[in-house]
Formats: sequence, C-alpha cells, structure tokens
Amino acid sequence: MTKMTGAQAFIEALKRQNAKVIFGIIGGATLPIYDVLYDSEVRHILCRHEQCAAHAADGYARASGKPGICMATSGPGATNLVTGIANAYMDSSPVIAFTGQVSTRTPDSSYMIGRDAFQEADIIGITTPITKYNYQVKEAAEIPKTVKMAFHIATTGRPGPVLIDIPKNTQTDTAEMEFSDGIEIRGYKPKYSPHPIQVKKATELLVGAEKPMILAGGGVTSSNAFQELLELAELLMAPVATTFMGKGCFPENHPLSIGNIGMHGTRAANQLILETDVLLAVGTRFSDRSTGKLGTFCSNKKIIHIDIDSAEIGKNLDVDIPIVADAKKALKAIYDSLIKQVKKRKDSVWFRRVKEVKEQLLNNATVEEGKDLKPQALLKELRKILPAEAIITTEVGQNQMWAALYYKALKPRTFISSGGLGTMGFGFPASLGAKVACPDRIVVDIAGDGSFIMTEQDLASSVEENIPVTVIVLNNSMLGMVAQWQRLFYNRRYSAVKLGRVPDFVKLAEAYGAQGVRIGSLNEFSKAVRKAIKSTVTTVIDVPVSPEENVFPMVPPGKGLDEVAIG
Amino acid sequence: MLYSVANLFRRRGFNIDSISVGPTEQEDLARMTVTVKGDDKTIEQVVKQLNKLIDVVKVTRLDPANVVTREMALIKVHVSETKARSDIMNYIDVFRGRVVDISPETLMVEITGGAEKINAFIDLMKPFGIKEIARTGITALSRGLKSVRIEE
Repeated sequence: MTKMTGAQAFIEALKRQNAKVIFGIIGGATLPIYDVLYDSEVRHILCRHEQCAAHAADGYARASGKPGICMATSGPGATNLVTGIANAYMDSSPVIAFTGQVSTRTPDSSYMIGRDAFQEADIIGITTPITKYNYQVKEAAEIPKTVKMAFHIATTGRPGPVLIDIPKNTQTDTAEMEFSDGIEIRGYKPKYSPHPIQVKKATELLVGAEKPMILAGGGVTSSNAFQELLELAELLMAPVATTFMGKGCFPENHPLSIGNIGMHGTRAANQLILETDVLLAVGTRFSDRSTGKLGTFCSNKKIIHIDIDSAEIGKNLDVDIPIVADAKKALKAIYDSLIKQVKKRKDSVWFRRVKEVKEQLLNNATVEEGKDLKPQALLKELRKILPAEAIITTEVGQNQMWAALYYKALKPRTFISSGGLGTMGFGFPASLGAKVACPDRIVVDIAGDGSFIMTEQDLASSVEENIPVTVIVLNNSMLGMVAQWQRLFYNRRYSAVKLGRVPDFVKLAEAYGAQGVRIGSLNEFSKAVRKAIKSTVTTVIDVPVSPEENVFPMVPPGKGLDEVAIG
Repeated sequence: MLYSVANLFRRRGFNIDSISVGPTEQEDLARMTVTVKGDDKTIEQVVKQLNKLIDVVKVTRLDPANVVTREMALIKVHVSETKARSDIMNYIDVFRGRVVDISPETLMVEITGGAEKINAFIDLMKPFGIKEIARTGITALSRGLKSVRIEE
C-alpha cells in the first residue's frame, strides 16, 4: 500500500501495464493527471482533435498488437472520442480511452456530476453500446484496479475498446493505493481452448472435403494465428480468402491466396467460395459486406465457424460446426488432429481449379496508361516500391477498396483500415499511431480527398511530434464512392458529392510544415513516393485522378456473390 | 447495470416484455428477471449477448415448464355504489387478492400471480372503471433443487 493521489496512482498503474504512449488532448477535467504526466516517462502525443487521438490509439494497437491508449477531457473532449471508440468496437481493436469527468462532489455542489456542470457529458451512457466495457471511477482508491481491469478486458477474449471515466476529485484525492498483480472478474472468463468434440467433427468434415476453403477474418490477426493458418492451409491445399478485416493475415503472394471476398472482393475469391464444399471460417462475423446475399453464400456447402465470441455463432448465419475458441488454438488443434489422418497434399483437382480461376479472374481490370492516372496502377506501383513490412493505412471509400484490391498485403498487420464502421478520416491518424508503434517502418496512408480533409488538422501533431508518414491523396474532387453509387444506382444524379478543387493539398501540407507534392504521371508518382518514404517529415502526395473512375469488381448491395459487376 | 441491459435489448431489436430487478441472497449481486418474446434462435442470441456484458455474472434461460413465475399488480378501481363494491369484493376473494386501500370513491387491490391471472382479473375490473394500474413485471425461480447461484 502506498499513499498517493489518484492522478499519481493512475500514471503508476499505466506504467505497470507497460504503457509507453498516450494520444490525447488535455482539458480542465484532466489537469491533475497531466500534471503528473509532466514528470513521467510515459510519452504523450498531443493531437489536434480527440477523434484523431482515438484513431491514432487504434492504429497503434493494430500495428503493434498491443493496446492503444487515448485520453480526453470531460464533455466535448470525451464526446469527440466517440467516433474513434465506435470504430474500434466494430473492428475489435483494443483501444483504451480515459476521460476526465466533473467531480463526484465539490464543497458547494456547484461543479459535480448530475448538475449539468460545465463540460459535463454522460460519457458512460453515451459509450455503453460501443465499448466492450466502461466504468466511472467513484473513489481515488479504485484507480489502480480499474486501470488494470481496463487493460485486461480490452486485450483478452475478443478484444475491444474500454472507456474509463475519471472524475476530477478522484484524481486529486489521496488514498492508500494497492497495486495487486492478479485480477479476477466474475462474469468475465473468455474461453480460449476449443472443445475436442467440435475439433473432431471439424476434422472429419475436412478429411472428407474435396474442395476445402478457408475464410480468414480479423480474428486471425487479433490472435496472431498467422503461422497456424498458413500450416493448415498448406496441409489441406485449401485456398485462403480473407474478409476485408482479415487482409494481411495470409500472405497475398502465396499460391493459395485468393484475396478478399465480398462487395469489393476479388472475382476469384467470390467465385471459389461458391464452389467450395467445406468452408472453414475463422475469426469472422459474416458481415453483410463480406457475404452478400446469405442464401447464395451458404448454398451447397458445410461451414465450420471458429470464433472466440460465442455470440457471433449463429448471429448472422447458421453454421454446421461452431467452435468457440481462440483462432490460434483452434487452428492448431484442427491441424494436429488432421495431420494424423491425412498426408500433406501436393496437388489436387481442386487446387488446379483454384489456379485456373485465379489466372482467369484475379483482378484483371485493365490498367493501361491513358490520359488519366489510374489509381489501380498507382497502387500496384506502390506495392513494387514498398518493402513487405511497410504499413499501409487507408481512409474509407474508393481509395480503400482500390487499396484492398490492388495493393497486396504480404505481412500481418501491414494493412490497417476501418472495416466495420467505415470511418472516413480514420487512415491518417491511424497512420500516425502505426508509425509511433513501429518507428522503424515505413507508414503510408492511402487517402481520398474527401476523407483526408476530415482529419488533416493532425498534420500539426505529425510535424510537431516528429511522426513522419506519407499520405497519398487519390484526389478526384469527389466523394468518390458515393458518386460511384449515384452513377450506378441513381442515374448519375450527383447530389452533394462534388468537392471542387479545394483545398490545394500541397499548400495545405506546407502550411503545417509538412511537405507537399503534386504529381502528374506514374513516373512522377514513383519518384515522389521514393522520396517521401525516406523523408524525416510527413509528405502529402496529391494525385489527381478521374472523378469517373469506378471500383470494380463490385457485388451490388443485396446481391449474391455470383452477381459480380466488372465494369 | 439496468441501463446496459435495457440498452442491449433496444440496440439489438429484441422484444422485451417485462424486466424486474431486486437484491438476492448474495449481498453483492442483483437478480434481473427478463421476459422476452422470440423464437429459439432469438432467445439464444439474447442469452449470448447478455453474457457478453462484463457486469452480468450469469445468464440462465428458465424453462417455462419448470418454473414458478409471479407478478404483483396494484389496481385502483372506481366504485361509488355499494352493489359494485360487493361484486368487486367477491372477485377479489376468488382471485385471492387483497384490498389495501379504501376511499369513498375507490378501492385499491393487490393481486399476485402469473401474468394470465392478473390479466384476467384486470379484465373483470374494467367494467367498473379502472383508474390506475401498477405492475411489477414478472419475477421467477425454477422449481426444485435447480438454482441460479454464483459460487464464490
């Protein structure tokens, strides 16, 4: 037991969790914490908007596999985190948010919770549906245990964001603080090991499968099950498709990789998933964007579904063999059980079919050099320039889907994007978080002009905090993906999608002390990227592209994966 | 806690019929009895989603065939004539209710039982003129040795 203030206990508890970095913005209700932080070795990165702090923490978490921390003051500071928290929740990212709150008591009750005090917002009420867990500290002495719980809950089981609300008086109050090692939470016991009977059933199904296929989702990345996935896929000679969130968990230059399924999946993946007889789906929640029409998706196949969250079993899809377990453990168990019964296949009719479909259908959208710069060609070029371990983040929209289709992810955690919530403005702050987590690696944000402008103000933190990244703005002066839908489904009535030729992204970058460059050809693009990734300051590369360009292939909303439009 | 449970039902579009909360034999635990309408698949999702809430320690699906359910209702009925008053008293007797308040113009009845019994009684009272009803919502325990208990 040590006597200290709540704020001191808070920082001490963070250190005990091995927390190195906080992304945040200070405010009235977090002053006591920041006063302690001033003398601490925990790095604080001052963002320019709390949404960026949350996204940066998310990018940090996804790049490193460790929890990302963000902090905001009460009221508007806290509510500004909301989009970032919702984003982390949808993509199961271990983001821990700490918010200041007005005091639980004050001598004259004028500035306390429940009195609509200045900068009071019910952030617990607001974030209940978008956090894995949230809690408001009642007394200073609770702080060490609460911080520990936050880390434990955010990072175990199915990861997810946790928010801890810390009233100002609990930061300043002094108490005997107990920093215990263990943690026991009644009602929270994640299940990691697969049930042997389910593993046996899955094995039987896979042994008899003629056309097995694996669908790998974000859960494979969360549980770092990359090696297990690779070994199982090679043992079965099963093609591996990924969901959007799973991109990168299986090397996309591997002969068995067939890319993403879904609305903007590869044609090969969407074709082969309809041909498979046994689908092993791991760490995916079968989102509408992945499956398309469920009837088509499920027909003529048996499905094995591994997920650590039992509520995902049967939520969107009825499956034949559910396995509630950690992806890594489940894949290993299935492998161990299979290897006793089957020999590693070298070739099969199915594998030849996979090869054939891949050759015929894999991203064969024509990419010739014409008048306009083709985003598809730029992304293929980018892949040639960047080393395998470089990290890509994306914004949301056409830029994101072009990146998913044309930029091959070769290593885990190198493709970071907002999948579930589809948050425009995510990519740039996430790139900053990723760069902070992995300072020795190249980090590139693939952006659109519409998305980048939503969080560009954090160019300031990028410059001031020395976090050099490269931003490639695929600039079509449009909210391109919405415009694409209007072009395809609303008779080209371009309502509210034209952004115009503002701002000048080169000048914008320069205004922040970053570098800006506009390119006009593939050759210039290549040169600009090579220069930017070596630079010690953030570079924004403005790439004018045609507003008429579509992302294809595309499965129109509500259609089956067999109804692909290829443009 | 009530907030996160209620919020979960709203958010996921589950139909909640009633919810009742109270302390239990274990000091630090509250017990919520939730009545939900839905097919087997829906109820399974309800149970799983509730289990995900960190502060929910245990979720048990009670089998309607093997459970005692009770609800209490307070019903205030308008009565001015003596004849009506005596009719009501007879009904109360049959339903094993109690009169808990009397005024020159009203009677307040306390009635306990399954939801159907209470609904039937309310139907009987309607012709007299019901002024107010307060119902607790259903609470329930499974029969026999089976119990929802958290081992320490």
